[in-house]
Amino acid sequence: MALSLDDVHRIAHLARIEIDAAAAREVHAKLEAIFAMINELQAIDTTGIVPMSHAQEMSLPLRDDVVTESDRRDEFQKLAPAVADGLYLVPKVIE
Amino acid sequence: MTHLDTIAGLSAQLAAGKLSSVELTQTLLERIGKAQSTLNAFVTIDADGALAQARAADAARANGSAGPLTGIPIAHKDVIMTAGLRTTCGSRMLENFVAPYDAFVVEGLKNAGTVLVGKTNMDEFAMGSSNETSYFGTVKNPWNVAYVPGGSSGGSAAAIAARLVPGSTGTDTGGSIRQPASLSGICGLKPTYGVCSRYGLIAFASSLDTPGPFARTAEDCALLLNAMAGHDARDSTSLERPREDYTRDLEQPLAGLRIGLPREYFGDGIDRDVAAAVDAAIAQFKKLGATTVEIALPAVRLSVPVYYVIAPAEASSNLSRFDGVRYGHRAAHYTDLLDMYKKSRAEGFGAEVKRRILVGTYVLSHGYYDAYYLKAQQVRRLIADDFRRAFEQCDVIAGPTAPSAAFKFGAKSDDPVQMYLNDIFTIAGNLTGMPAISIPCGFTTDGLPIGLQLQGDYFREARILQAAHQYQRATDWHARVPKDFS
Repeated sequence: MALSLDDVHRIAHLARIEIDAAAAREVHAKLEAIFAMINELQAIDTTGIVPMSHAQEMSLPLRDDVVTESDRRDEFQKLAPAVADGLYLVPKVIE
Repeated sequence: MTHLDTIAGLSAQLAAGKLSSVELTQTLLERIGKAQSTLNAFVTIDADGALAQARAADAARANGSAGPLTGIPIAHKDVIMTAGLRTTCGSRMLENFVAPYDAFVVEGLKNAGTVLVGKTNMDEFAMGSSNETSYFGTVKNPWNVAYVPGGSSGGSAAAIAARLVPGSTGTDTGGSIRQPASLSGICGLKPTYGVCSRYGLIAFASSLDTPGPFARTAEDCALLLNAMAGHDARDSTSLERPREDYTRDLEQPLAGLRIGLPREYFGDGIDRDVAAAVDAAIAQFKKLGATTVEIALPAVRLSVPVYYVIAPAEASSNLSRFDGVRYGHRAAHYTDLLDMYKKSRAEGFGAEVKRRILVGTYVLSHGYYDAYYLKAQQVRRLIADDFRRAFEQCDVIAGPTAPSAAFKFGAKSDDPVQMYLNDIFTIAGNLTGMPAISIPCGFTTDGLPIGLQLQGDYFREARILQAAHQYQRATDWHARVPKDFS
């Protein structure tokens, strides 16, 4: 499972990170080394092993269906780069 | 010399009226200010806030409502949110982020009366083992400023080693508390996953992230953990368990303690000085009445590859929230929404964070999920099964925290795989969720500290703290002070 330079551009797009050709080449070399290390796992027989997704075997708790949060919109929106009238502003997406 | 005292010692002085929290806080703020240009341990120092809290602590003590931590100055790692005080996560992405609420562990320590002096420097988004990835510059090791303090909680560790604060918090996702504790010559405890709520931590890898305390002694770690542990409905993985007093067994003798020695921890690749110091520590434990048993952890060698699938996978998902819309960095120039996302994230994240996002995106992408993510989760279970079996034979597992002492700046920063291998002994604790502590156990011939790791079964924090405390009563490695910070 070799990782190609095209893969680097593809995953950078999926991850929404701008990357130019030089940076992609540089990161490609490092990712190849990382995946060479990760690929050790492929040699391990894991037939019938239940995946361990979590450190504790627990079921997710459910809380009562009641409102517990107060309205702190203005406070939260102070952190945003651009807001108006209680809305977050982004570049136009619908023509 | 108040700055040399432990939390327990300072607490006694405060209780006896020999010292006020304001005096103590002022002394430490002065030391912090002086050390900042050398060590860069802090991202934010809050002198005014700290002194106000110290005055309140002194008032509480005068009212008779003080606990063991009332008036004790501490620092929080900058991945832990503090209402009203900047939380940067060591990243340009959050350079100006002021959290709207306190993390659970911040609330706990605040309610216990601690005084927050500031936020400590760290590897960006807690991704690193050397503090070289912080946007706010590297943290230096107080024992020798040409060396790294370890990471990712390097600022918290360096601040304690340099006697700038007696206690601090960190987070440990693959070793980020224990490894810097080891490299900086102090104590760092990673509790059982779920014992301390993750509410208010900026998430890196949610199934592994664990907040925990740093201090100079195991006893102080126990005191801090008492204020940090507890159930919290706001973290769905927080465990509902009866409250524990983690200091309860500290004074119990060690007779009968069974120490497991995994042959995998004592093989090739361990620095000679580290191996000798760990061997001597184990001999000391035997003198204190412990017995040793050889154990096998055959799958533990796979910890690093498993971790570098699971942690980046979870990180790529967690860090997708940083899109320049609701908070964090937004690029100044862009053409459309997609371009805004891409440029904001390219500018806001550093190289190591981007690398890990890319690894995580790849292993979760279509056609690769089973081969990488699922496979890693299966091997994660093999590793956890090894530890479960081992703890049928022993009470604690001992070994080096890291294969070597601190390394020089730049020594591993160009080779991510070499850097990752520094966490070979600590990662398993996160994959299994079991608790572990790193305590000082000696020095290299170059005068750099060496750490001993004691791992316990789930919820056995009191047991490993007891073992560490008894060792510290018989030794003085933890009391050594870097010469420029005495």
